Amino acid sequence: MSRFDTTGAIDCDVHPPSPRRDDLYPYLDDYWKEIVVTREVDILELNAFPERTLPYMRPDWKTSGDPLEAMQRNLLDPLKLDHAILNVVSGAHALFDPYLSAAICRATNDWLIDKWLDRDPRLRASMLVPFQNVEAAVEEIERLAGDKRFVQILTLSATELPLGRRVYWPIYEAAEKHGLQLGIHAGSNYRNSPSHSGFHSFLIEDHIAHTQGFATQIASLISEGVFTKYPGLKAIAIESGVTWVPPLMWRMSKDWRGARIEVPWVKDAPAEIIRRHVRVTSQPFDGPDDPADVAKALDHMLSDDMLLFSSDYPHWNFEGLDVLPEGFPEAAVSKLLRDNVLATYPRLGG
Amino acid sequence: MTATGRPKREPARHVVARVDEIAEGKSKLVHVEGRDIAIFNVKGEFLAIANRCPHEGADLCKGNVVPLIESDDPGVVKLSRHGELVRCPWHGWEFDLRTGKSWCDPARTRVKSFDVAVEQGKRLVEGPYQTEVYKISVDEEYVVLEL
Repeated sequence: MSRFDTTGAIDCDVHPPSPRRDDLYPYLDDYWKEIVVTREVDILELNAFPERTLPYMRPDWKTSGDPLEAMQRNLLDPLKLDHAILNVVSGAHALFDPYLSAAICRATNDWLIDKWLDRDPRLRASMLVPFQNVEAAVEEIERLAGDKRFVQILTLSATELPLGRRVYWPIYEAAEKHGLQLGIHAGSNYRNSPSHSGFHSFLIEDHIAHTQGFATQIASLISEGVFTKYPGLKAIAIESGVTWVPPLMWRMSKDWRGARIEVPWVKDAPAEIIRRHVRVTSQPFDGPDDPADVAKALDHMLSDDMLLFSSDYPHWNFEGLDVLPEGFPEAAVSKLLRDNVLATYPRLGG
Repeated sequence: MTATGRPKREPARHVVARVDEIAEGKSKLVHVEGRDIAIFNVKGEFLAIANRCPHEGADLCKGNVVPLIESDDPGVVKLSRHGELVRCPWHGWEFDLRTGKSWCDPARTRVKSFDVAVEQGKRLVEGPYQTEVYKISVDEEYVVLEL
């Protein structure tokens, strides 16, 4: 038995293994087939998301068989999920070649449709679009917008430029037009050092740096006016942890009072904008150890609309089927499993 | 007013400045009945608010008077109400000189505003005004604050 009944829930962060060359090959045109062979483009693992690193992976979920069947057996069936959103976090986010990155994003999306979405009606996915090539990203959104199973576009918590920059606005315009949201997954393409003080030495530091990365991205989206310009857009911080959000709200709202004249298009206190436009997934949860303190930590958000259910499958964040951390208040759970997700992703509704 | 309450006091009118003492866009700090009050000249009109910023206590009379800065579209900025707001000299919070309300949190972060009028010296000589500081000249104009 799991701690909470998850029947009908929508899991907002599920990872298929990132596709390798043989997986993507059928979806590449002749030129890119030639290139991925000649240039030995095969394993597209993102350094910041080392999926072959075993300690990340839950041992009892390891499988050598069909990864979709494993996902059904380990996650979709036992948790009785209505939907699960597939997030491919791969080298597609980090390739320097703007044309290769577009080709890999396209092929990955087609692979998702063919090998995952078409094989289980519960599955939904994040669309990969090349932020390295804004024009191609818009084209990819337009190409796949008719497929409602793509509910958002996906980027990383540490990118080449802060995500609010105007250079990315055509991507947001196209996304908003089609009701696609902006998923921001933990990860870096290492265009910049992961911390504000350069490169660190240890994995645990990397995990800490991503909370700064998320805060930086949210602050950028707000300050540059992305949510003013595209009011339908929401940013979903995925695999970000949760407890970094209230301090960002407090700090940015306070500083806004004195600094707002520089960004007068930020018309409301940033905490209110965050409550309207930012969502966070529930796993991995970084709250206090004592379950009695968990509700207190969540209360600081002053909103029960912001948390979205996630398992982060197949990462090892929980045992058995206890996918939600101990101490989550019943009222919050009843909303985050499904209602908050439906309210966040318009494309899930119909 | 209940029997135990303080008796209601008639507002008193205080002469706090000669009109030519406060240039347009400038301010003057005055002390009336134990209060510090900042008087601003906004394009010839005089406006008064409590001097102490509710945030950390800076003197609002030392802040710059500024326009209202607004935008509906990133990069496109509108200015209006020139000189009708003061920006706190310490942390930049803006206060509306007409209402005392802060721009960012008008419901909770505000300073008291006071009624101010300009009166001819010859009327002040006749009327019931508190003029501890000023020797009233019938030919001058004065800023009068009601408290």
